Amino acid sequence: MDFLYNILVAPFAMIGAAPSFFVEVLIGGLLSGVMYSLVALGFVLIFKASGVFNFAQGAMVLFAALFFAGFMDKGIPWYGALPLTVLVMLVLAMGIERVVLRPLVNQPHIILFMATIGVSYFLDGLGQTIWGSEMRVLNIGIPQNPINMGPIQVNAFDIVAAVVAGSLVAALALFFQYTRIGRALRAVADDHQAALSVGIPLKTIWAIVWTVAGVVGLVAGVMWGAKLGVQFSLAMVALKALPVLILGGFTSIPGAIVGGLIIGAGEKVAEVFWADAIGGGIEDWFAYMLALAFLLFRPQGLFGDKIIERV
Amino acid sequence: MRLSKFTKASVYTMVAAALTVGVLAGGEARAEDGQYVPGMVYRTGPYAPGGIPWADGYADYFTLLNERDGGIGGVKILYDECDSAYNNDKGVECYEKMKGQGPTGASAFQPLSTGISYAILDRVRADKIPLITSGLGRADASVGSVFPYVFTLPVTYWAGADAIVQYIGQQEKGALKGKKIALVYHDSAYGKEPIKTLEALAAKEGFELSLFPVPHPGLEQKATWLKIGRQLRPDYVIMWGWGVMNATALKEAAAVGFPMDHFIGVWWSGSEVDMNAAGAVAKGFKAAQFILPGNSFGVYKDLKTKVFDAGKAKGEAAEHGTVIYNRGLGAALLTAEGIKVAQDKFGKKPLTGEQIQWGVEHINLSPERLEQIGFSGMINPVKLSCNDHEGGGSVIITQWDGKEWQPASDWIMPRREGFLRPMYEESAMAYAKEKGITPRDCSKE
Amino acid sequence: MFYREAGQFKASYAADQQIFPIRQDRIAYYTLLAVAFAAVPMVANEYWMATILIPFLVMSIASLGLNILTGYAGQLSLGTGGFMATGAFAAYKLSTWDIGATFGLAEPMHLHMVFVFLGAGVITAAVGVLFGMPSLRIKGFYLAVATLAAQFFLLWLFNKVPWFTNYSTSGVISAPPRELFPGVVITGPMAHPVTKYLFLLSLVVLLALGAKNIMRCHLGRAWMAIRDMDIAAEIIGIRPMRTKLAAFALSSFYCGIAGAAWAFLYTGSVEPLAFSIEVSFKVLFMIIIGGLGSIMGSFLGAAFITLLPVLLTNGPRLLGLNIPVDIISHLEFMIFGALIIFFLIVEPHGLARLWQIAKEKLRLWPFPY
Repeated sequence: MDFLYNILVAPFAMIGAAPSFFVEVLIGGLLSGVMYSLVALGFVLIFKASGVFNFAQGAMVLFAALFFAGFMDKGIPWYGALPLTVLVMLVLAMGIERVVLRPLVNQPHIILFMATIGVSYFLDGLGQTIWGSEMRVLNIGIPQNPINMGPIQVNAFDIVAAVVAGSLVAALALFFQYTRIGRALRAVADDHQAALSVGIPLKTIWAIVWTVAGVVGLVAGVMWGAKLGVQFSLAMVALKALPVLILGGFTSIPGAIVGGLIIGAGEKVAEVFWADAIGGGIEDWFAYMLALAFLLFRPQGLFGDKIIERV
Repeated sequence: MRLSKFTKASVYTMVAAALTVGVLAGGEARAEDGQYVPGMVYRTGPYAPGGIPWADGYADYFTLLNERDGGIGGVKILYDECDSAYNNDKGVECYEKMKGQGPTGASAFQPLSTGISYAILDRVRADKIPLITSGLGRADASVGSVFPYVFTLPVTYWAGADAIVQYIGQQEKGALKGKKIALVYHDSAYGKEPIKTLEALAAKEGFELSLFPVPHPGLEQKATWLKIGRQLRPDYVIMWGWGVMNATALKEAAAVGFPMDHFIGVWWSGSEVDMNAAGAVAKGFKAAQFILPGNSFGVYKDLKTKVFDAGKAKGEAAEHGTVIYNRGLGAALLTAEGIKVAQDKFGKKPLTGEQIQWGVEHINLSPERLEQIGFSGMINPVKLSCNDHEGGGSVIITQWDGKEWQPASDWIMPRREGFLRPMYEESAMAYAKEKGITPRDCSKE
Repeated sequence: MFYREAGQFKASYAADQQIFPIRQDRIAYYTLLAVAFAAVPMVANEYWMATILIPFLVMSIASLGLNILTGYAGQLSLGTGGFMATGAFAAYKLSTWDIGATFGLAEPMHLHMVFVFLGAGVITAAVGVLFGMPSLRIKGFYLAVATLAAQFFLLWLFNKVPWFTNYSTSGVISAPPRELFPGVVITGPMAHPVTKYLFLLSLVVLLALGAKNIMRCHLGRAWMAIRDMDIAAEIIGIRPMRTKLAAFALSSFYCGIAGAAWAFLYTGSVEPLAFSIEVSFKVLFMIIIGGLGSIMGSFLGAAFITLLPVLLTNGPRLLGLNIPVDIISHLEFMIFGALIIFFLIVEPHGLARLWQIAKEKLRLWPFPY
């Protein structure tokens, strides 16, 4: 009985007693959801264009952040380190396309998936061999202090992160909508063979997509790195992006954003108001359960392409 | 050629198989004479930023002994590392690999991981090799009659928790009744250690304790800190964190505006690495230490001439004098001192784990001895006995001033008699019963 | 020349249906068993036993389990670690359960180790069915990520509910000392590695035989039909719910036993973190490198993935190179990743496929036409 009361009544009583606190948690959750979306975006880009579930995205986040922070430690200002890191990600993307994807073309999805796990091991090792496992501090001057808006308190860093994520999505949307490469990317995402037959170079497009995913990884890495310091643990943010991914659907950019917001807000609200009833520290699995619950109603995710099966 | 792919593959397979057999068969080839000291360290993995300075300090001290004194009592130290990546399975593998090496086997293990120390706790008893868990591991292993091969000197987590609460009591002029204290902990064997002590203290002193687990690795703590900073608003927060969790906690605490000088971490939350990662917001944060940072202690004079300037240091100069590096030095000191005491009894030759167990058990780091080896001021005196494997070490609270740790209290002696000791005994006896161990009779030794 | 089946006629159904229809295979199989049971314990030293052979055998049980689910029934799962943890904790609860006290007997009595392992398997199977439910609606990578829910939830549960660890303050469980036969200790610190090894080996042989036979009966065929095209399978009259859940149950049974063996026969004490997502990936690697849908492949993959890190860590030192341990660890990561990619490119069907090709070639050797 107590247990039911703690789950069904107490949390709502708590919310009712302090609605402004609830709003604060909700905003905090939405803003940290944006940070998940940043990582999830990279997954979506690659899955859309090449049908590869790129598990190495987390490693790419770490890899990019390591190079960026490493260059900055060497005394290169950020506006110099940024293009240099993009260049590194370009080389990496071309390497992955040439060495991993091309020989594995037409293999089952699970093989490609495993190959990307191989890539992620490789990148974890390579990044640390070059830059070491010590933690690097990445200070790009984002404020960390709380801002008070009436009774509600928000963290300045989270707002900056949200703005960055928002502009990144806007930039990606423009890129996809209005550039030649963007159109080619969309064509490839729709149908590989049709795209090939109208003369779109598939290999180039894949290299570009992996580069773009690398750049998205760089942005995610810089934001997460500024928050936590650049270290091995950054690779683990990928695990926070996976529920976002299945919730939003593997193939939808808006899905990654909306999914991130739902997951972020859902897990924070659940952790703050419901976790006490069942023991606390539930963030790890709650996101997955939430995504699972959504999936039972929409097996392709919220915005995913409808799955059509034929015999 | 039609067979090329197959042929190639089979050649690869054969080469790999030959290599495997060759490598594994020649597993333990090491003929040098000396005392083998295993270094079970982690320089990789999610907790590497904390593991590296410790490993460097541990290694550098043995380098110093070899360079300055030609080892211990004229017996050269054969120091060797194995990377556990803070992973229990790898730790077990390292243990099994290293335990039989050298002429007399491993001297003593110091895994720097509560998880690994749990995993090899039973094995060291069977293999008769001392396990030193300095400021980590299982607190009730201080009861030497039940855990003859495990040593917890100079302090355990339970002692640390008690010292922190004593400090809070001093700050509040003894009026802890009705105060709210929150514990933010790494949700693992390590982070759960202090809970029992803090609950006992809460009952004794009348403060209200709330628990906030943070799942490994601790990247996300927003919800936790919203609850702490905006809802519960405790008077003090105690943290049992390690790795990326520390910096994240500091940032999130700052984000909800929690006052840093009411935020106290255990020693593993109090390193320069984490403070630098958190940046300016960390200023004012406090941490309990059992070894002080700084490079003005006596031992550094010899380290500088024999190790650092000779280019034999393992790590970069920036880490020398940091608190975790010093903790590595201190840990190495305990192993070395155990070997030395054992040599005084058993003779100046490579010794077995069983003999070194006797040595560690009779460590007496008196103020004079500490002065002699250059650790005076860095660590407080400890003296072990058959039944007391903790040795009466004490704890000091330090505060981060934005650049380095400054002492914020005197050395605090944890309340062992009448409080911690009975808790150790009770827990150790339960362990002995579960495992079917008959405690040895310490009054006869 | 030697590997040739000419002249071996099958005169009965029994002969036609046996697992190894070729005599040379049978001889090889029995030789292997003889070597594993008799020669290895005599030759191998303690390090080999405790850190290479035992984890290899444990992981081969786990990869058999995952291969049933992913290789045969086609359901991608990343929850292996969670199921192994379930097995470990179930085994701990069962082995520390004092039956004597429950039934009012005077003497404390404990379940025999064999029943502890079986019980752990059965309990895990039930948990597996529970978490297999979503597979009826969700497919492919969506299912894979959904099984991560099981992974994280189960670990959280064992970490959080003190009952599972018998209220130990640290949440670590350790194997109580128990005997297999009077006088023969198989768990706890005093158990000899050889006894553990032999017990585990018998377990592995039985489980592998079981798996092989189930794959050859109607259930195994139904799984393969579901894997190859589930809609078509449904149309020819295979009930997807029953079949998929059976796959989850059997797979989890194996994983549960593997988890129990990991905790009781290998490390001796575990905390939930030991069964993290890394373990799930490792087992998935094993079946992919070894070969999806192959019993033999499960063993090859387990051997490869268990041996490789040991080899990479110890290799440079024995070649006389003195590389710092952190560089070795990083290189190990890189080589591990690179080798996985290399294997996937060279032989996406795994080591088991290479083995088959080798056998085909052997038949014609030395006169290929």
